[in-house]
Amino acid sequence: MKKVSVSFTLNGYPVTAEVPVTWSLLKTLREDFELTGAKEGCGVGECGACTVIVDGDAVNSCLYPVFEAEGKSVMTIEGIAGEDGTLHPIQTAFLENNGVQCGYCTSGMIMSAKALLDQNPDPAENDIRTNIAGNFCRCTGYVQIVEAIEMAARKME
Amino acid sequence: MSDHLFVGKSIPRTIEADKVTGKAVYIDDMKRPGMLYGKILYSRYAHARIKSIDTSRAKKLAGVRAVLTGRDIPDARVGFLKDQTVLKKDVVRQFRDEVAAVAAISPEIAAEAVDLIEVEYEELPAVFDPFEAMKEEAPLVHEVDARGRPVKSNMLPLPWKFEAGDIEQGRKDSAFVVTDNVSTTWVNQCCMGTSGCIAEFDTSNNLTLYNQTNVIFGHIGRITEYFSQIGLKGKKIRVVNAIVGGSFGTKLDTDIYEFISIQLALKTRKPVKILFDREEEFQALPPRQPAVFTIEQGCDRDGRLTFRKCEAILDNGAYTSWGATTPSVMIMPMSSLYRVPNVFFKATCVYTNNIYCQAMRGYGNPQATFAVETSMDTLAEAAGIDPLEFRMINRNHPGDETPMRLKITSCGFEECINAVKEKLKWDEKKGKQKGRGLGMASLIHVAGGARVTRSDGHGMVVKVDEYGHVDVIESGTDQGQGSPTVITQIVAEALGVRPEDVFLTFGDTALALWDAGTHASRHTFMAGNAAVRACAKAKKQILDMAVEHMAKIIKGGFKRKKRKDPDFVEPDLDYGLIADPENLDIRDRMVFPKKDPDHPYFRIPVSQVLREGLLGSGESKVVVAEAFYDPPTEMLDREFKGNLSQTYAFGASGVEVEVDEKTGEVKILNLVAAHDVGKAMNPTLLLGQIYGAAYTGVGYGLTEEIKVVNGRVMNPSFRDYQMLTAMDVVPIEPVIVEPMDEDGPYGAKGVGEPGLVPTAPAIANAVYDAIGVRITDLPITPEKVLAALKEKG
Repeated sequence: MKKVSVSFTLNGYPVTAEVPVTWSLLKTLREDFELTGAKEGCGVGECGACTVIVDGDAVNSCLYPVFEAEGKSVMTIEGIAGEDGTLHPIQTAFLENNGVQCGYCTSGMIMSAKALLDQNPDPAENDIRTNIAGNFCRCTGYVQIVEAIEMAARKME
Repeated sequence: MSDHLFVGKSIPRTIEADKVTGKAVYIDDMKRPGMLYGKILYSRYAHARIKSIDTSRAKKLAGVRAVLTGRDIPDARVGFLKDQTVLKKDVVRQFRDEVAAVAAISPEIAAEAVDLIEVEYEELPAVFDPFEAMKEEAPLVHEVDARGRPVKSNMLPLPWKFEAGDIEQGRKDSAFVVTDNVSTTWVNQCCMGTSGCIAEFDTSNNLTLYNQTNVIFGHIGRITEYFSQIGLKGKKIRVVNAIVGGSFGTKLDTDIYEFISIQLALKTRKPVKILFDREEEFQALPPRQPAVFTIEQGCDRDGRLTFRKCEAILDNGAYTSWGATTPSVMIMPMSSLYRVPNVFFKATCVYTNNIYCQAMRGYGNPQATFAVETSMDTLAEAAGIDPLEFRMINRNHPGDETPMRLKITSCGFEECINAVKEKLKWDEKKGKQKGRGLGMASLIHVAGGARVTRSDGHGMVVKVDEYGHVDVIESGTDQGQGSPTVITQIVAEALGVRPEDVFLTFGDTALALWDAGTHASRHTFMAGNAAVRACAKAKKQILDMAVEHMAKIIKGGFKRKKRKDPDFVEPDLDYGLIADPENLDIRDRMVFPKKDPDHPYFRIPVSQVLREGLLGSGESKVVVAEAFYDPPTEMLDREFKGNLSQTYAFGASGVEVEVDEKTGEVKILNLVAAHDVGKAMNPTLLLGQIYGAAYTGVGYGLTEEIKVVNGRVMNPSFRDYQMLTAMDVVPIEPVIVEPMDEDGPYGAKGVGEPGLVPTAPAIANAVYDAIGVRITDLPITPEKVLAALKEKG
């Protein structure tokens, strides 16, 4: 299959991927870079388990052609903790407030929340719910996830 | 009890930090060297004869390593009633029938190869309605049974019939009698992580199955049986779990794709992974069992229930998994939710050419409770009694023995009903609002294990090293419920260490002791009881070490002090205080005399004792203890009676809804979820169970439905299925009732499933209060509400 060479910034480091032209960003992250935090929950952009941040916006990486990432900055769940491993306040809040249960949706959920809080540090509950409307979760009923994002926003002030 | 350091506290889920950093390894993320990818070809018909299968083009595709059909593997039968084979050779009986399978070097090539397989079918008459399927002239889904004997009817040979007391007498004693017809449909468990496994054989044909099951030893049993049919008798099977991306019942049975991955691995001599895509998860994963009920109940003039009679028809689909056993759980609410002296329940499972079913959170309880709680409301109305008061009159009490012979011990039922009354302002609002309404429903569920197999046991190993680190080898499965944290709290409390000293290993049959499975809301109760027992033994071993070494450690300290400071005078101590393990305790990493916990010299770190005891010269020692907790419960007898759980959970849900009479839309304004949990081990995690279960219950009540038309799943995607999203705001008010269960670890009972059980019937009852029409067929969609309103006029 025809391959494509794509250069972009991944979690702060410049990288180049040589992958089949049909690959999505998700497939490239998981297979080429072995960053398996983003998950394929549906493969058609409905569930949000594959959410990563591209140039500041949360995207469904399963629908995002990898060649579109050329020259852009991609951040995944593996890249949001501090260099010394200190968890990001959203990660901590999810652990403290039981925003994570089975954890499968968690990477995507946290990345959606991070994109939101980076753009809107003081979101209302409805902003949070709208923002994660595309991130499905079967375990939590979303209650403690929304609360965790609110907690994180307060901590990040 | 208030002096616990960790139990009862909202300890964060730090032990699961890998889940927030992307490090947690799910089955999706697992790779083995040389691993191949398996893909399944499913039937194109609901019922057809396979005339021919041509795999030649698929086999020629570059990258394909194996193509298997039913003709390539032994005809071994699998499943609860052994009514299917792994790959179907002659006849397909449903759209999800597995006809062929491919293993290839990439998922893409495997998918392409599956498309190249050509199957010629001859369509057969099919039946999609269980009532049609029961008729004499209906086409037979199976012409022979597992033993090859001819079958005369589509009705399964299952004995689901329960009788207690005398229904006719109950009828005579009744002042009011009502009959209702209610039904529930298929819903998908919607685990965010789809089904998948990796099968890998070693050179000697021993199998390791990387999996995500909640019943690791159940898998061993079923695969052992399969092995004996395919010439692998005596081979070792090891099940190793990945992190589980949700379960909700889906991982209770060994599914066909798992046997297929085993066959592909056997054929290719390589590890083979099968991972469902989402469409497959909706089409080929057995969902919750649907049921149709006719329920009749009576009560006397005072509102006391006199009898309950119910018959259920279950669309079994084409084969049999755990769905057909849901009546065994339906018997529990049918016989034991509220005090009812005379009970009759019968369930008939009928083969059709639809998808077949399995377990889902609550098993058969949500279905049966929808029937009972619909009837409770209509009967209360017939008797002219407020429905909440009616339930209060008939509630279960501590000390009751139910017609099923369940022995009710701790029971916070009354408090739960009162909580609904108070929080919803029941007396003020009930029946008094136009377009808005209140409704409630209750639940009983097993909460202290469930003896569905001869042993209901749970094994645990606790090992302590010289640094005071504790390894716990846990035989259950964390499916997201929070067990790693709760078990850690219990171990830390019972052993006297801190949560950060505890390390858990889950889900490896080679390491773990036997366990009946993480089902039936049993993990905290069973693992907790095992932990308390194992930790007591390990603690005793440490305290024995302390008696042997403490005086030496303390005197050694004095010697060192004296070397540094010649003026130091060794205190005159009563070493008798630390001479008997009975007189010592461990708490928060410190060993000390019980009589004098703050003793200036006899309070020393447990790690010091461990280092001296474990690394000292001479006879080597270990601190390792195991416990196997199996409660003194009973298996159900032939009449389906017996005390199968050590304790029971009770709860009540109250709902306030607003119904838009123009659109038919039902909006939940408030959902009070009151639960008797024994003791909240970790309040924050407990709330997560209640919220999550209630949300799934709201979906069950209002939106979720697998649309099956002529055997085919028509909505196999999240978009079309309508699982609730974060935009579906349901204000939930949880109420925790803590009667402290005397058999539970630190008083706790199970709570995993209960939250789902009463939610849908509470909504249905609230809709009735709001608009005066009763929807008896789940889910309560706007279309049904509008149709019912139109009929009412």
